[in-house]
Amino acid sequence: MRNIKYPIIGMLFGIVLIKSEVVSWFRIQEMFRLQSFHMYGIIGSAIVVGLISVLLIRRFRLKTISGEAIIIQVKKFHWGNVYGGLIFGLGWAITGACPGPLFAQIGSGFWVIIITLFSAIAGTWVYGLFRDKLPH
Amino acid sequence: MLDILKQPWPWYVAGPLIGLVVPAFLLVGNKAFGISSSLRHICAACLPANISFFKYDWKKESWNLFFVAGIVLGGFIATQYLSGNHPVKINSYTTTLLKQQGITDFSGLLPHDIFSFSQLLSLRGFIFIVIGGFMVGFGTRYAGGCTSGHAIMGISTLQWPSVVATCCFMAGGFVMTWFILPYLISL
Repeated sequence: MRNIKYPIIGMLFGIVLIKSEVVSWFRIQEMFRLQSFHMYGIIGSAIVVGLISVLLIRRFRLKTISGEAIIIQVKKFHWGNVYGGLIFGLGWAITGACPGPLFAQIGSGFWVIIITLFSAIAGTWVYGLFRDKLPH
Repeated sequence: MLDILKQPWPWYVAGPLIGLVVPAFLLVGNKAFGISSSLRHICAACLPANISFFKYDWKKESWNLFFVAGIVLGGFIATQYLSGNHPVKINSYTTTLLKQQGITDFSGLLPHDIFSFSQLLSLRGFIFIVIGGFMVGFGTRYAGGCTSGHAIMGISTLQWPSVVATCCFMAGGFVMTWFILPYLISL
């Protein structure tokens, strides 16, 4: 039961993704064609709110609800950020969905996206298989 | 109230709510917001196949799987109980362009012309549904994160590798949309 918080956050997040049409293939098309501010507004304001929250957490040295000190992991640069980022970007424009929206679309009743999700899992698996041979 | 909720939500409501997921995860369990990791945990749980990248204690990360299960549930609730059945109101220029390229169905969140089981065995459907998904799963893991982990969590915590990754996501998306997708849609 201590994990119950996570599906609740997920549920609220999923509702926001659907209601703001972030999961819409059309919205992603519009974004990449620079024909609407909608997606830029969402991602931009999400970053601003995230940034301010993290600043406040650091400034006031807030702790987790169970009293642990909050640790933010450092992300180290590797060339996979570039190569993988480009591959994901190409795929994002095709599917019109990053991983979060894939889950929300399935919940919304687009059953065929289950195939897309399986394919994404397969992509992750193939990355794991060839990881040592890929440039990072 | 319910009528307002049933309208499509504007960016300035949705964006800040998404941003709040960052502190929510930190405060609730010292977790970093990120979704594509769930795909790795599924691999580790179901088919580790002795690959070192999948040999770790995925059960410790199961919170992430609970989180994505919640997203599926949220998608269901929003569609069943909070939907006003509005078609997605995109820019008319985008609609015109997509019509020229061969999209005819603008009624749902996704174009049914492409994303349906009947299209799965056509070349176009296979590319959009299967190849696209593969690239998303392969690319996000290679990049070490997706829009949530890098663009939102990474930039919120001022990590420059995440800025690089996000710029590459956008660059890949622009190249696909402007130079390749018109051909793929008209297949």
